[in-house]
Order: sequence, then C-alpha cells, then structure tokens
Amino acid sequence: MKVNVYVTLKPGVLDPQGKAIHHALEGLGFGGVADVRAGRFIELDVADDTSDADLDAMCAKLLANTVIENYRIERP
Amino acid sequence: MKTAVIVFPGSNCDRDMAVALEQVTGRAPAMVWHRDTDLPDGTDFIALPGGFSYGDYLRSGAMAARSPILRSVADAAGRGVPVLGVCNGFQVLTEAQLLPGALMRNAGLNFVCRTVPLKVENSQSLFTASYNAGEEINIPVAHHDGNYFADAATLDRIEGEGRVAFRYADSVNGSARDIAGVLNDAGNVLGMMPHPERAIDRAHGGTDGLRLFEAALGVLA
Repeated sequence: MKVNVYVTLKPGVLDPQGKAIHHALEGLGFGGVADVRAGRFIELDVADDTSDADLDAMCAKLLANTVIENYRIERP
Repeated sequence: MKTAVIVFPGSNCDRDMAVALEQVTGRAPAMVWHRDTDLPDGTDFIALPGGFSYGDYLRSGAMAARSPILRSVADAAGRGVPVLGVCNGFQVLTEAQLLPGALMRNAGLNFVCRTVPLKVENSQSLFTASYNAGEEINIPVAHHDGNYFADAATLDRIEGEGRVAFRYADSVNGSARDIAGVLNDAGNVLGMMPHPERAIDRAHGGTDGLRLFEAALGVLA
C-alpha cells in the first residue's frame, strides 16, 4: 500500500527557503505570487494492514519535527 | 574525569572536541560510535560534536537523534551527567527532545562561518561558571541551520528560568531572541551553535572557549 505523507511548516514559522523560491519566481517574471511555503513529500510503501495509529506514530516520532512542522497522511 | 565524544557518520568536529577535552582533563576521551548501545562505565561528561551527521538527511540531527547510542546519552542526561552539544550536537539534542526548540535554515540562507561575539546570559550553570554574567566572549560559528526557533510561550519560559546560556551580540542567523545556547531544565545539558572547542588556544585567535571546558570539567583554577 502506498501512503503519502506531506510535511509542512507550521503557520507563522519563517520559511527562508520558501522566500528564496518566491524571489526566484519573481526574477523569472512570474508576478502575482503572494507567498511560497516549501515542504516535504514522503512516499511510504507499507503493509496493507498498517494501522492509522502506526502511520501517525511514524510521522510524530521521525518524519516530522512537531516543534516546527505539521503533517498530513493520505492513504488510498 | 572520564569523558566521551559521540561519533556519527558525518561528524567532522569530533577530533577537535577530543583535543579540547584531553587538553583540559589530561586524558583522552572515549570515542563512542553511534551504533554502540552503551557508554563506557563511569562516563562523567558527554560531548556531541559538530558536523553533518547522516548527511543532514531528513532534518539536521534527525537521524542521529534516533541512533542507538542516543538512548544511553538520554539515560545519562537523566541521571545528571553533563552533556554538551555543539553545532550539529545542538541540533541532535533538540531533535532528541533533550532540549526545547528546533534549529532551522539560517534566515539569510547563507552558511555563516566567522567568529562572533556572544553575550553570556547565565553564568551560574556548570558550563558557564567561569564567565561573568553579561560578559562578551568571542567564539567561532560555522553552520547553515542555526536559526533557533521555539514558540513564544517556550521562549518566555526558558528565558524566565535562566536557561538561555548565550545570546548572539549581533544577529547572526535569525535565531529567535538571538539565542545561541540553551540549557535543559536541570542545567546539565547545554546545546550551542558556536564552537567553544575552536577557541582553546591562542593560535586559534582566542581562548574564550577554553573557559567553558574548564568550568564544565571541574578544573577551574
């Protein structure tokens, strides 16, 4: 089973990389971009009977640093 | 005094740290590999060195914080053994939740490598007793992910409890409230981005870092 995990910075946490990407987009002439936030996408291939609790624990214990990041789990 | 330096794949300041510990204690530290599960018996000071453990995969310090030896480091810290984390070692300590907060990409995005002035905020801790409160010292930094972040409530709490050991005298990397070094609630774990082990000899350009090791290792004159 393929499970998608999206790790994003919490609102209010400064994202210097997002800012740099934003500047680069403007440099390429793309106007009208209000903001850019960069995150991480992780694809897990796990056993079909993997529980939601286990997936949540994987995120909380390693995949995301919950001091600064939120995560969202998308399973089929 | 039995000291130990934890070595991860990608550590690159482990030997500098060992030189500092040996210079102050007169005895070479044990170099403990990340896959080891136990610290040498009687270890009474642990250092986590700078570098790029595990290539900074996932997040700086994230993989090292889940390595086998860190369980023993956490146990020792819980028993009151002094633990010093410098640069990547600081990142590992926050990822292991032995210290509050997180270290993010520098606000200016650039790797910062220079000697910076620090203000000693807490001169009562076992690591900082050789300094005077408010004293300015000069210690080198060399990092890309040194931008200290914690939520406002956490910042208020650690400031109120005197757990900010050092602040940057000038903004260096965007750190919240210019925090450069943080203590745990018991005061026996210190994480700091600047490298005291790179300021222990006049040939380094300064010896302000030596005093931290002299205080922490109990050899104050």
